[in-house]
Amino acid sequence: MDIDIANKDDFELLEEELLPPVNEVKRFIRVFFRRKIVVVGFILVIIFLFIAAFAGLISPYDPYEQDLYNVLSDPGGAHLLGTDALGRDLFSRLIYGTRTALAVGASTALVAAAIGTVIGLIAGFAEGPAQTIIMRLTDAMMAIPSLILQIIIASILKAGVPGVVFAVAISLVPGFIRLTNGQVLSLKQNDYVLAARSMGSSRIRIAIFHILPNCLSPLIVQITMMMGIAILAEASLSFLGMGILPPTAAWGSMAYDGYRYLTTQPLLSIAPGLAIMFLVFSFSMIGDGLRDALDPKLRGTTS
Amino acid sequence: MGRLLTVTGLSTEFRTERGVVKAVDNVSYHVDESEIIGLVGESGCGKSVSQLSIMRLIPDPPGRVVAGTAVFDGVDLLQFKRDSSEICEIRGNKMSMVFQEPMTSLNPAMTIGRQMAEVMLVHMNIDKNEARERAENMLMQVGIPDPGKRLDDYPHQLSGGMRQRVMVGMSMLCDPKMIIADEATTALDATIQAQLLELMYEMVNKYHTALIMVTHNLGIVARYAHRINVMYAGRIIESGTVKAIWANPMHPYTEGLLSCVPKLGEKLLSIKGMPPSLINRPPTCAFLSRCRYRNSGCFSEPARELTHVEGQHSTACNRRLEAAGL
Repeated sequence: MDIDIANKDDFELLEEELLPPVNEVKRFIRVFFRRKIVVVGFILVIIFLFIAAFAGLISPYDPYEQDLYNVLSDPGGAHLLGTDALGRDLFSRLIYGTRTALAVGASTALVAAAIGTVIGLIAGFAEGPAQTIIMRLTDAMMAIPSLILQIIIASILKAGVPGVVFAVAISLVPGFIRLTNGQVLSLKQNDYVLAARSMGSSRIRIAIFHILPNCLSPLIVQITMMMGIAILAEASLSFLGMGILPPTAAWGSMAYDGYRYLTTQPLLSIAPGLAIMFLVFSFSMIGDGLRDALDPKLRGTTS
Repeated sequence: MGRLLTVTGLSTEFRTERGVVKAVDNVSYHVDESEIIGLVGESGCGKSVSQLSIMRLIPDPPGRVVAGTAVFDGVDLLQFKRDSSEICEIRGNKMSMVFQEPMTSLNPAMTIGRQMAEVMLVHMNIDKNEARERAENMLMQVGIPDPGKRLDDYPHQLSGGMRQRVMVGMSMLCDPKMIIADEATTALDATIQAQLLELMYEMVNKYHTALIMVTHNLGIVARYAHRINVMYAGRIIESGTVKAIWANPMHPYTEGLLSCVPKLGEKLLSIKGMPPSLINRPPTCAFLSRCRYRNSGCFSEPARELTHVEGQHSTACNRRLEAAGL
């Protein structure tokens, strides 16, 4: 090849063809933080993560230590938010509950995403009867109210963290299957899939290297949103006594324990309730922000 | 020059709500080694479908290759199932394709280098580092400045012309025997188009690769191709060397196409009318309703197959065959 390399004019012409690079990271950060509510959500999640990480340092008392001389004490004084019916410090239990909520939320969403994505990819690639069967089963699962499904699965499994994670994850799987399947069906039509096939890539190779990476943006958004949903579901199950077993500090079971003293010590139920609300809200907001920032239509733009 | 590809009686159908569309109907042609063939025709005449058919890339359903053989390098490609390991072995390796849309033919979530390496990792027994080296070398050959850095770029960081250069490079990586350029330069502007055609021409000459140029632009074909096949309504209606067709277009459609090549300062001519529906086509000539030379015979006689007239020149026009005494 001598014309393009040796000929200086050709070379310069090509140089001009290059687009000015757009810093994707900068663009992502700018779009992500454009909405104030997302910033609030983001800061809240950072705070929650911080609390969970340093729970031992922040909490003034041991969350499991009972002080039976000092039950149902009023807020203020030695115990910032008072104590529960067993004399445990509410503030410390809330702090430790953050750990439970985040751990259960994250692991549930990730387990659901892993299972749902694989099934969705298989369904999208199988086409024909296999796809129809998988997708109709998914629809059938979606038709069952998720709380009832969770209660059924949780009551079959042993109560405790793994049981809750599995029960909630199963109820979230259909959403991921649908999302991935839809993505695969639309991405399969892309020219680069045809081009990859024309280069001799096998179907499995195309699914893993070409389809899956392009599904990631909506998947990340869905995982974030589902973390909030999973935390809420865990709290519901714990409130119903089918989730995380006492004495582990979990917001749902704390709200249930406090519920009996609602008239005298409302804070025992309201405080964990507010904590659940804020955490779920902030995950939803982050999901929203991610959806804007990961929008492929905005990729490579400077707006 | 040995025979590389022989297509005989290729027919491809699409089953649609409104009926069976015969997109490619009994098409036969051949390509010799290191030969450049132009496949010309207007939109929807079956050019791309005929090429996708031999690559076994027709989406099924709704499409289906219903008849024919395509013997490439001694193997009938049409005997293989779609996406079977045998056909995957040939695709990209012995025969590759460059598509029309450079903006969408590259995976936006993968770097140029990884996409180029993929072809080689699939077909050649080499490791990632060697694949990267070869990819870099190929980018240099297709005239991309600073190839080492470009390998780590994502497609959106390159312009359309650059991406198509990458695609051309990618199609050459495994040293194929034949490349199909499916409207490879149509989406680019005129100057870039000229650069790319020149590049493809040099690349196939250098590596003695056969090239099928699928295009609706006769001007492009005239400069580079050895022979031309003209397609209309799913059939090849004229075939011959560039010289012969330019000097003496035998089919009225070819004549019309030639008069459609834009010339500066002249009014742009067009062929009046639309190509016929490919569902329930009549037995008569498909170009009949648009033909300037039709006579009463055309309305009654069934259309002739592509018939050899002289030299390498063949046509399917009833009137011309009659005039030639065939």
